[in-house]
Amino acid sequence: MATNTSSTWQGWAKFAVAVAVLIALPHVLYPVFLAKVLCFALFAAAFNLLLGYAGLLSFGHAAFFGFAAYVSAHTAKEWGFTPELAIIAGTLVAAVLGVLMGLLAIRRQGIYFAMVTLALAQMVFFICVQAPFTHGEDGIQGVPRGYFLGLFSLESNFAIYYFVLAVFLIGVIIIHRTVHSPFGQVLKSIRENEPRAISLGYDADRYKLLAFILSATLAGMAGSTKVLVFKLASLTDVAWQMSGEVVLMTMLGGVGTMLGPIVGASIIVTMQNYLAEIGQLTLIIQGLVFVFCVLLFRRGIVGEIKHWWTRLRGGKDEPAHLGPSGSTGLSDGDAEAAHAQERAS
Amino acid sequence: MGLKKVLLAGVAGLAMTMSAHAQYSNDGITLGVLTDMSGVYADVGGQGSVVAAQMAIEDFGGTFNGQPIKLLSADHQNKADIGANIARQWADTDGVDAIFDILNSAVGLAVQQVATEKNIVSMNSGAATTALTNEQCSPNGVHYVYDTYALATGTGGAMVKEGGKSWFFITADYAFGHALEADTSNAVKGAGGEVLGSVRAPLSNQDFSSFLLQAQASGADVIGLANAGGDTVNSIKQAQEFGIVAAGQKLAGLLIFLTDIHALGLETTAGLTITTGWYWDLNDDTRAFAKRYSEKMGGSMPTMVHAGVYSSIMNYLKAAEEAGTDDGKKVVEQLRKMEINDVFAQGGKIREDGLHFHDMYLAQIKSPSESKGPWDYYNIVTKIPAAEAYQALEDVRCPLLKK
Amino acid sequence: MIEFLGVPLPLFMGQLLIGLINGSFYAVLSLGLALIFGLLNIVNFAHGALYMVGAFVAYLLLQYIGVGYWPALILAPIIVAGFGMVIERFLLRPLHDLDHLYGLLLTFGLALVLEGSFRHFYGVSGLPYSIPDSLSGAQRLMLPSWITGGDPAFMMALPNYRAWVIVASLIICTATYILIERTKLGALMRAATENPDLVRAFGVNVPMLITLTYGLGVGLAAFAGVLAAPIYSVNPIMGSHIIIVVFAIVVIGGLGSIGGAIISGFMLGVIEGITKVFYPEASNVVIFVVMAIVLIVRPAGLFGKGA
Repeated sequence: MATNTSSTWQGWAKFAVAVAVLIALPHVLYPVFLAKVLCFALFAAAFNLLLGYAGLLSFGHAAFFGFAAYVSAHTAKEWGFTPELAIIAGTLVAAVLGVLMGLLAIRRQGIYFAMVTLALAQMVFFICVQAPFTHGEDGIQGVPRGYFLGLFSLESNFAIYYFVLAVFLIGVIIIHRTVHSPFGQVLKSIRENEPRAISLGYDADRYKLLAFILSATLAGMAGSTKVLVFKLASLTDVAWQMSGEVVLMTMLGGVGTMLGPIVGASIIVTMQNYLAEIGQLTLIIQGLVFVFCVLLFRRGIVGEIKHWWTRLRGGKDEPAHLGPSGSTGLSDGDAEAAHAQERAS
Repeated sequence: MGLKKVLLAGVAGLAMTMSAHAQYSNDGITLGVLTDMSGVYADVGGQGSVVAAQMAIEDFGGTFNGQPIKLLSADHQNKADIGANIARQWADTDGVDAIFDILNSAVGLAVQQVATEKNIVSMNSGAATTALTNEQCSPNGVHYVYDTYALATGTGGAMVKEGGKSWFFITADYAFGHALEADTSNAVKGAGGEVLGSVRAPLSNQDFSSFLLQAQASGADVIGLANAGGDTVNSIKQAQEFGIVAAGQKLAGLLIFLTDIHALGLETTAGLTITTGWYWDLNDDTRAFAKRYSEKMGGSMPTMVHAGVYSSIMNYLKAAEEAGTDDGKKVVEQLRKMEINDVFAQGGKIREDGLHFHDMYLAQIKSPSESKGPWDYYNIVTKIPAAEAYQALEDVRCPLLKK
Repeated sequence: MIEFLGVPLPLFMGQLLIGLINGSFYAVLSLGLALIFGLLNIVNFAHGALYMVGAFVAYLLLQYIGVGYWPALILAPIIVAGFGMVIERFLLRPLHDLDHLYGLLLTFGLALVLEGSFRHFYGVSGLPYSIPDSLSGAQRLMLPSWITGGDPAFMMALPNYRAWVIVASLIICTATYILIERTKLGALMRAATENPDLVRAFGVNVPMLITLTYGLGVGLAAFAGVLAAPIYSVNPIMGSHIIIVVFAIVVIGGLGSIGGAIISGFMLGVIEGITKVFYPEASNVVIFVVMAIVLIVRPAGLFGKGA
């Protein structure tokens, strides 16, 4: 919401305007659709925390999103948890899952990291297929939206939208605080130059693990919230295609920007909603957007605008990709990057 | 929202006579066909269901309460979440009064739940699970064409009678497969047969050879295929490849559609015993319906699901007109008072639990030499009276019945 | 009947054989993937989609030009390899000097486009492709008396086509291995990734060599696709089912290790086959469990040289 260059009050003013718009929006558009957009925006923002600020591409974030969704659905439906408790339960389980997967994956980098997270997420997927409480293909259906704090019914579409909006804002504020904290600065320095960060005395693995866990936790929060909107948890949320979708949302909007993932998620969800009638074309268009982003549009929408704006004001430019070439790649990055440059010339 | 094509069926129509107290939201009626347009069941339902729906609207006269009947359609992609979202959005923003087809059990259950919440009607032609009329039954839901119980009783009972005493199941590892296996096991045991074992195959499995080998090693007379769609097609194909039928074991496909037979060919399927809710070549009425349908669908014949969609829409419209309202619960109540006599069923009744209680058919797949051409696939062996085909009302575990 | 761990021995042996057949597909696919990764440093997410395209090309050749199985087994890989080389030249080459993750993302997008296009035009019910006449029929396999310790016992009917799948993939894997590890062209390919300057100094067109390598890897995927067409119906989603599994196999073998990919392909097919006997519900997940264990014990994979 707020940009990091503006002074504090300007940031707060922009934030207030954005919130006002979000409050007014359901009177114009279908609230359930808007709530879906917010859930995915939070998911993408959580994912971006890891990719954009720690330079780690996870291909297994669906595991957190989807598994938390199941937990929140189960606690709300079978154990009668109130909505906020169900979300907390899902979020906590996602955090635990994040610790487990993080410990296994964080020692790897670049492509290895992506593959390991993918494989671990597949294991979570198959657990969800088999475990009796998820009801396999049927999913957990008829999850009650319940009463907020046991008092206020969230049954109406407006009520649930404002509830989701509140969760979304909490999530976004946590992410914003994290990115602009000393912790966030260390993460960025690790992303830019890991050996140097280590030589300065930072335990890079510990920082990356913390970022991973935080990202997993917030992804879980998004998944738990989505369940209450749709009253249903299903295998779609935990399948590997979902992991791909969140990468797409983040890339399209702009990796490493606050607003980017939110914009990307809004565009993708809108597209899925309105293009559903042309069936498989959605898949093709998503694929083409992916290819287009990677080839020509690596900063994403928000990233390109920011880039253009900074250039206009003669400011310092940021690189147009995930990090310095090779830094998130495999072994001896520098030598490889040099080779790659040779090859391309 | 943009999930569908809006089809205005028949602009000109006769002014309908109607009761003075009619209460319709938005004055008219909006119907939704929610089906699998692109997935494994796209041939079973899909575009064909939309065509069947258009035929029903046309035959009804095109208008309702003086307004053209609106028809929406959408693809649920076999995903419960997508299906439920579309149903919710239809009810919230498009004023849809009733949803039809709904292939796939998981989607069926989800949509019936939404229908209950929004007090619209869900008329299910495609999904098989008995949960729709048992644990999760609803005053807003009608289960129209077949269920796992009817399929299991028909095929299981018949095959035991033919001498298939011992059974081994290859079961799709999800709720639908488990239910089909359990229902068939009961039917087999009830008819004096025995079940030697079963193996659970993951859903959308490509390679069944390993499971077929286990079935072969069990020495059972019959290998029951408690799966559907692509899984059934693959298991039948691979059973032939591994010479399992040639070695003397019989296959029992528990849920097989006309279009599956069409895709597999008669060489592979000849002699299979199946249970079906309807067949296009039953009588003059069904043949006339099938002819009209196939002219619109490039020559392919309607499945039992397509006929079910046609009939369910027709009867929904009649009931809504009779009841003078589009209130979901009231229309279903009205449906329960009617007897269904049309191209799909004779003497059909909608029961308290929401089940459409009608006769089923036991059929055997023709050999290539018996068949007179494309789509001539079934020999109807016998009609299974509704009372034998379906669960007795006193056994149904539907909370609505305990009032 | 003699038993092995509570399972009749003939059944157990039959399952091993079926595991080996599935392993054949894994081996050819993971070989192509490892080749592309080892030489180009790209994780080719489109590999599964190109395997599917291979099967479709065979189907279309038969349908529209009347070209049968045997010519298709050669033609389809060549056509798909050509298509792959176009992809490499115009889409992947601009990414060479960027982080390798972009290659992964681009090929992921390509996979979506390919799968979506075929789904759009052909649906997902699958199209039939019959086994060539020369390979129809099956052999009755018996367990000889020296294994059973008594009379020979019937093991299983092995379809001739499936036997051919094992033979064909063994041939193609060996041939590729020899090409890469033992010939001058293979040596150049390896050198071009390790030290492009030096290779260029010898007057070798390095970008062309890279394009060829991608074409070879993709051609292998298409070959597997044609092999698979008669067994499983030709289906737009056949690639997305298998790609994740093959990824795991390549990681187990050690990313980039050609021999490792082949061996782990066959090995994991067999492990999966055994799982289907004892705990079929876990057969989908066993490969990922093996992968997790390997990564903990030997992070570079079974045959990898450090990472």
